[in-house]
Amino acid sequence: MSIARFWRESPRRYNLGGSQCAVCSTVYFPPRSVCPSCANHRRSIGKMEPFTLSGDGEVVTFSVIHDAAEGFEMQVPYVLAIVKTTEGPMLTGQVVDVAPGDVAIGLKVRATFRKLREEGRAGVIHYGYKFAPMDEWHSGPRRTRDPEPSPVPPESARA
Amino acid sequence: MREVAILGVGMTRFGELWDRSFREIGIEAGLQALVDAKLSSADLGALYLGNMASGSLISQEHIAPLILDYAGLSGRHLAAVRVEAGSASGAVALHQGYLAVASGAHDFVVVGGAEKLTDVPEAEADRVVGGTADHEWEAVFGATLPGLWAMIARRHMHDFGTTREQLASVPVHDHAMGSKNPNAHYRNLLTVEGVMKATPVAEPLGMLDCAPYSDGAAAVVLGPLDRARKFTDTPVQISASQLACDVMAVHHRREITTLDSTVVAAKRAFAQAHRLPRDVNVAEIFDAYSISALVAMEDLGFVAKGEAGPEFAEGHLAPGAGKLAVNTSGGMKAQGRPFGAVGVAQAVELVRQLRGEAKERQQAGARVALAHDVGGTGATSVVHIFERVN
Repeated sequence: MSIARFWRESPRRYNLGGSQCAVCSTVYFPPRSVCPSCANHRRSIGKMEPFTLSGDGEVVTFSVIHDAAEGFEMQVPYVLAIVKTTEGPMLTGQVVDVAPGDVAIGLKVRATFRKLREEGRAGVIHYGYKFAPMDEWHSGPRRTRDPEPSPVPPESARA
Repeated sequence: MREVAILGVGMTRFGELWDRSFREIGIEAGLQALVDAKLSSADLGALYLGNMASGSLISQEHIAPLILDYAGLSGRHLAAVRVEAGSASGAVALHQGYLAVASGAHDFVVVGGAEKLTDVPEAEADRVVGGTADHEWEAVFGATLPGLWAMIARRHMHDFGTTREQLASVPVHDHAMGSKNPNAHYRNLLTVEGVMKATPVAEPLGMLDCAPYSDGAAAVVLGPLDRARKFTDTPVQISASQLACDVMAVHHRREITTLDSTVVAAKRAFAQAHRLPRDVNVAEIFDAYSISALVAMEDLGFVAKGEAGPEFAEGHLAPGAGKLAVNTSGGMKAQGRPFGAVGVAQAVELVRQLRGEAKERQQAGARVALAHDVGGTGATSVVHIFERVN
């Protein structure tokens, strides 16, 4: 895959950037240019707004993959799942940080930013979302949303 | 629209045909169909050729005129069109050929399907067929075609209590049928235990739940029903030809365990043919994975949702066992799966059934037949109904 082909989807694959129809409020991932849910779907043209998913959801179904997709050979066996996000959209991704035997339909998961695969030794490395069981996460703030320590002191400290 | 008939059929053996080229098998099937139809090439108007991925698999695009050329028909300058719809390419080509004759655009057309999968390493074939699902939002995240069907299987087991044994009974049925088909890729018998113990591919599916990669070609000749008697004593009418599409990715489906494209194509087809599911005597259904055959039986309306597992496991679907015989050819699992050829090969088997020429696998007295093919994981479904003409 060319670098540009993967790179242009980064906002979706890195940050779960989807879209929401301003007419009927349905949320989509990946983003769509037109709303399939609106009865008169022409009304939604030009009215699809950016919407970022939280990354929380639950496993709707899954498989343990033994015969890997290209670039995933080193990861077998891996768990592939369809996850229904709390905002509604469903998406496909791996479930990690859990033994395959402990994955079940209904498992609560949260998106995590991971390496997906690399295109050979000298090729591009693809990053994107995978899912980890909610229990594996801190009960406190989300890891993905933790602010980086800022090199610049906040306004109040500088005053 | 005029009524359309199948006037002739032909197909090659399916399997690992290492000694035969793409053009050889394409032409063999086409010429068999022309000879079977007792039709002169001077009568032909067009060729529709179903093929999934010749560019990736044999580095040859633009194959429709190529086949026309080597079939000796280039001097007639016929219209030749390649049709691509993933694994449903052959069935969609048949639909296009049907429309061409029904509309009056052409009188007589050849519909072919051909695929050569064994000229590339298996991993390369995996990558190519994976492209019939949504590459950007399924394959990039590690999904394979069997993996996506495996997720449908897992949910089907969860929602309806379908068992691993019931899934395994599909390839057992298919191989029992394939053992009676001289064109089949596999003619050995399987057991439920054997299927369940096979190497896992994508749990709950194992190697023997999945149809093989095969080479092969099939062809049919179509023409107006009212002129069919001139060319054959046993015309078969296409009483319905319907194509329906749905969202690309499994995760976007209304229900994981239902192919809405199949439900809609079947409803339209039964309406067009003025038939009901219970009128069908013999059917070729999409069994590329054991789960896909169960889902097909349900979505076509032959059984209620969740009831297909017992239907296969209890052996009701063999010829003579009940009112409906399924995949008498051996289906994609045993007859083989040359992707773009499958939809046309289904028509070949069903014409043989309706003519009473299916020998050991004949469903006695078959008069109404149904073919069902699916592209990818269900973004395309095609349903044809064929009937014997008295």
